[in-house]
Amino acid sequence: MKSRIPVVLLACGSFNPITNMHLRLFEVARDYLHQTGMYQVIGGIISPVNDHYRKQDLVAAHHRVAMARLALQTSDWVRVDPWESEQLQWTETVKVLRHHHSELLRSLPRREGPDHSRARCTAPTAVPELKLLCGADVLKTFQTPNLWKDAHIQEIVEKFGVVCISRTGHNPKEYISGSPILHRYRHNIHLAREPVQNELSSTYVRQALSQGHSVKYLLPDAVITYIRDHNLYTRDSSWKGSSTQRSEGKTGWEESASPQNSS
Amino acid sequence: MENSEKTEVVLLACGSFNPITNMHLRLFELAKDYLNGTGKYRVIKGIISPVGDAYKKKGLISAHHRVIMAELATKNSEWVEVDTWESLQKEWVETAKVLRHHQEKLEAGSCDHQRDAPMQARPGQKRKWAEQRQDISPKKLLEPKPKDVPKVKLLCGADLLESFAVPNLWKSEDITQIVGDYGLICITRAGNDAQKFIYESDTLWKHRNNIHLVNEWVTNDISSTKIRRALRRGQSVRYLVPDLVREYIEKHDLYSYESEEKNAGVILAPLQRKPADTNSNRTA
Repeated sequence: MKSRIPVVLLACGSFNPITNMHLRLFEVARDYLHQTGMYQVIGGIISPVNDHYRKQDLVAAHHRVAMARLALQTSDWVRVDPWESEQLQWTETVKVLRHHHSELLRSLPRREGPDHSRARCTAPTAVPELKLLCGADVLKTFQTPNLWKDAHIQEIVEKFGVVCISRTGHNPKEYISGSPILHRYRHNIHLAREPVQNELSSTYVRQALSQGHSVKYLLPDAVITYIRDHNLYTRDSSWKGSSTQRSEGKTGWEESASPQNSS
Repeated sequence: MENSEKTEVVLLACGSFNPITNMHLRLFELAKDYLNGTGKYRVIKGIISPVGDAYKKKGLISAHHRVIMAELATKNSEWVEVDTWESLQKEWVETAKVLRHHQEKLEAGSCDHQRDAPMQARPGQKRKWAEQRQDISPKKLLEPKPKDVPKVKLLCGADLLESFAVPNLWKSEDITQIVGDYGLICITRAGNDAQKFIYESDTLWKHRNNIHLVNEWVTNDISSTKIRRALRRGQSVRYLVPDLVREYIEKHDLYSYESEEKNAGVILAPLQRKPADTNSNRTA
């Protein structure tokens, strides 16, 4: 029987705050890859963006990491990784992918037994693949001039691969056919449909919170408690966001749009 | 407006809850925020009333399970709870009767309560409600007694509102009672369609001040039908229903191709009843 390729899913973004929609992405992606018969999803990583991304209303990374951790308390396969948020400066997505991929390879068990006997080897362990998990709105941002370096886009789709979850108002097939790079590596861009239409976004959650409205059942209870305990996303705190920031790509889930203006 | 001048409201949601989902739970939150935000109301309780098995809807699993799932789902809610009265009746109960049952219950409880010393929860009263009243009342010694008994209002989505037009599904006097005596809070993402529907019905138009349309800006399409379909196909429903509900479903293997065929070919209970008058499909 042909063995499946092990896959780890990596989601980059602001997670400001994390919501049930973010958590759903992993579930939908895993179901999709499994039903292709070719993959076995062995893990998921949430990588909140660095504070130096300087997006408006972005609360401190340590809060965003803590909230993601609380949200994933009950998950047995997805975890949060603070590496990206702990770097001294903002890191391009492709570099985050490279980092986690090398970590993944380093953590693999060695294949050879102590006596180096080939006879002891069973079928070779497939090398795990690290794929970028994102919503269709992120795929669209590949088109935005100067937002992504072409070389990075190519490396992402060629070397790693993308699992893209559908989103209302987006047509990912169109984005792929409209881009030579994406089109060439379309076999490595998996389009998964989320059957349950859900327009939930962190932006909506922040707005609701600043207006004193309930966000229960939109994000895990533990995250709501944390937000309340630390007084995040109140009307006052939103004014503290730096006003010099550009508001680019105000789509529903724009967390992963990374300005590639630093080399 | 002083708290004591506001109309206290209890939100009642009737439905199959087959199973309950995060969307159902969101309805309560949206309705509460909306009503409290008008300054005229204060929502003090939410009630989930799962329909009885005698409703005979296709795919409707036993009320026993549906009630437990709803209880698990509201375990962490401070104000929403489950009521089993409707589900325990042998025959299907019209929604207007369920509303009446709960309104009468509130009236009976309220008479007793006003006679008591303040802040005491009497046996038989819903404990959560009594606790909430303690928290809300600003002056503990001089309890400002509300002038009126809390009002029960029906909480629903646009699909229920528009089902008023389905021939023989509702008795016209029931519709009149629901919007006239109680009131409707309808959460919808298609506000214009709902407004049009109200406009086109004389009964609904007459009581339009008692029909509150609340806009659901964030489309949330987590229908029970889709949940059941996902479960049949082995797909994840995590983060669409509360974890405790999902675990319960898995443990008891509740939804399958077989369970979806339950009541197949059986006529829905409300449609089995003779219409009260021959022109029963007019809502005017």
